[in-house]
Amino acid sequence: MTHPLSPPPRKDPQKRSVSPTRPPEVRSRAALHLTAAAAEGRFALQRCADCGKVQYPPRDACSACLSTDLPWQDMAPGGTLIAETTVQTSPRLYFRERMPWRAGTVQLDDGPTVLAHIHGDVARHARVRITARLDQSGQGVLVALPETDTPNMEDDPLMRALSADPKHRRVLITDARSAQASALARALQKAGAAIIFAGEPESWRPYPQRAELEALGVQILPMDVTDTASVQKLAGEIGGKTDILINTARFLRPGGVLDRGDTGFARDELEVNYLGLMRLAQAFGPGMCARAADGVNAAAAWVNLLSVGALSNARPFGAYSASQAGAYSLSQSLRAEFRPSGLRVMNVFFGPTEEDDWYQPLPPPRVTAYALARSVVDGLQRGLEDVWCGDIAQDLRDRFRRDPKVLEREMTLGGEGA
Amino acid sequence: MARPASYEGVALVAPFSTPYQRYSIDTAHHWIATALRGSLRAAGLKPADLDGFQVASFTLFPDTAVGLTQHLGLCPRWLDHIPMGGASAGVALRRAARAVQAGDAEIIACVAGDTNHIDSFRQLLSSFSRFAMDASYPYGYGGPNASFALLTDRYMTEYGATREDFGRICVAQRANALKNPNAVMKKPLTMEQYLDARPIADPIALFDCVMPCAGAEAFLVMSEDRAQSLNLPYARLAAAIERHNAHADDPIQLRGGWTMDVDVLWDQAGMGPQEMDLVQTYDDYPVISMMQIEDLGFCAKGDGPAFLRDKGLTVAGDFPHNTSGGQLSGGQAGAAGGFIGMVEAIRQVTGQADGTQVPGAERALVSGFGMINFDRGLCSSAAVLTSGARA
Repeated sequence: MTHPLSPPPRKDPQKRSVSPTRPPEVRSRAALHLTAAAAEGRFALQRCADCGKVQYPPRDACSACLSTDLPWQDMAPGGTLIAETTVQTSPRLYFRERMPWRAGTVQLDDGPTVLAHIHGDVARHARVRITARLDQSGQGVLVALPETDTPNMEDDPLMRALSADPKHRRVLITDARSAQASALARALQKAGAAIIFAGEPESWRPYPQRAELEALGVQILPMDVTDTASVQKLAGEIGGKTDILINTARFLRPGGVLDRGDTGFARDELEVNYLGLMRLAQAFGPGMCARAADGVNAAAAWVNLLSVGALSNARPFGAYSASQAGAYSLSQSLRAEFRPSGLRVMNVFFGPTEEDDWYQPLPPPRVTAYALARSVVDGLQRGLEDVWCGDIAQDLRDRFRRDPKVLEREMTLGGEGA
Repeated sequence: MARPASYEGVALVAPFSTPYQRYSIDTAHHWIATALRGSLRAAGLKPADLDGFQVASFTLFPDTAVGLTQHLGLCPRWLDHIPMGGASAGVALRRAARAVQAGDAEIIACVAGDTNHIDSFRQLLSSFSRFAMDASYPYGYGGPNASFALLTDRYMTEYGATREDFGRICVAQRANALKNPNAVMKKPLTMEQYLDARPIADPIALFDCVMPCAGAEAFLVMSEDRAQSLNLPYARLAAAIERHNAHADDPIQLRGGWTMDVDVLWDQAGMGPQEMDLVQTYDDYPVISMMQIEDLGFCAKGDGPAFLRDKGLTVAGDFPHNTSGGQLSGGQAGAAGGFIGMVEAIRQVTGQADGTQVPGAERALVSGFGMINFDRGLCSSAAVLTSGARA
């Protein structure tokens, strides 16, 4: 059984923050497919299309028949730990700082033998479940977990490093006015978040969720993502204790190009959805990166809530989709910029929401704030990079992957006119 | 498998080992040149007399054997670079012997050497192989220590070997090393010290591991006629095998490629394991020495621990093993680790081993093992040497 994590003590301001170090990042191109699957929480390996042999490590040709057709497939997680070691010394700083480190050889039920990190609750020679996670270099690694869950297993230091679990962490929800803010606060609280902050623009304007947030004990602080000074002011106050940032700020209006008479709404969309993200990142990003190895409540993740229209323009929210595409692209830049610190960027994609009034004319299904909040927390707990919340987001993801041009054509049909 | 053609008429001469250094500010080129010069001097030859050159090294980058010809002023008509680490000597010998038999070259220098700077072991690891980069280093970055710890763990589980069984190999080799002035290790080692040593990657502890260092090893391959006309002591090559990526479907490595070729080896040699006067195994970790002793036919699979329990493994014992101290006590100078046993065996059967000489040694088995590409060593080699002319 894993010893439950205790809340970390108050940070000694005289102490230097530990600089983030990283496990090895370099991989072959083939191996990045393991990372891509892990980014969504899947454990996939190559299976030869011609002879069926499962390959490991990732290859460019089948080791049984030399076929180069090696599609990636989800694997059964079962396996047996056949050998193990506890590494006590390593030339790599990241592991040296975390010694001793347990690793072992697992024979998969699906065939190959893999090297994996071993969870502390796994017994010698035991049956295990293999899962793929992203490590602090953002690369996919295999972890052998006990065959059935054990108490507090997510509190194992290994699992803390392979996740952005909200437990004992301090979370900033950037826009308290978001229709999803109170559901998020509730889910985070349930997941053990230590403190929840929420930024509040235009404090003079009342809104129904405020009472609910207050009742949950959320600390509501003034911040408007369209106002650089206010973002910097709040970062100055709480940036040093923001471990997870969830950007809920969103400006949403229907309309494409010709539906609107001018660029007024488009300007607002960019100010909030694109430049707002940039302002937040410029104010909070550097401090979070510096605290990415700061113990139990190290800064762990940056979360963007993005419309799945970011992938392919979704009418009738054409101009809004464009701003989301901008934010999505910017999030990829953020990923690259945060990567050296180990700070994760998690994008949660979703379709039309239940609680936002502007989606009222659209048919179901819609994503509820509750479902979205649950996806965010689950993604943080599993250390994911990409989360697809709800049927519409998953449907568009699959169609985009099948053929982006076909999807674009379907999304831009002119309708049966005269 | 048909018996390969004989290696008759081939002579191995002029074994030379540089003293090893823990850290060196010099380059691999420096160490290789030093060993080459030492070997040529021992044979009374000049660089211009060489027409074949073969090198094994990890730290020559960005050079290869090609760059070395210009760097060292050599003009060979036969050139070879062997990237096979611990298996390189056996492989080198096979190729060089055939080249001499066929007349492609008359005098071939076989050299292995590496330098060791403060950070070079870490850098070597970081670019060792694609599979290691993708599937081994991200898991604790224990390098070969962790890889061999897993094999050792499985071997102990499977065959009931104990740490004392491995300790016996290490302790005896230290005793041998104390008779070899070139060895890095200078202090005696007791079983108690072995067992109490600091853990490195369980079940492997400090004295199961080699000390990375700088150094080089060399010998020459030529015809027996040439060796005789130069009046040089020489060894003969009775048999040699190599194999790569054997038993790929074994879930973990408990045997090496030797098992596929061991019958050919002894058949070609015309003798058996019991007739060996000494054995040089590749000993980057003692479990691998144990595996070689089993896989090369000295005892059955899994009987290694019991077989060695009542053997004397020192120079004076009834089963002289890694007589110069091997890598475990001599040090591992990169690719020279693949040559240390071969060069010592040539000294032994030619009566030139000085302090580590096994009295009257005439027949030696030398075995090699190399290149943990992902989870196991891929290359194996072995050779049987006999006395040609003694010093």
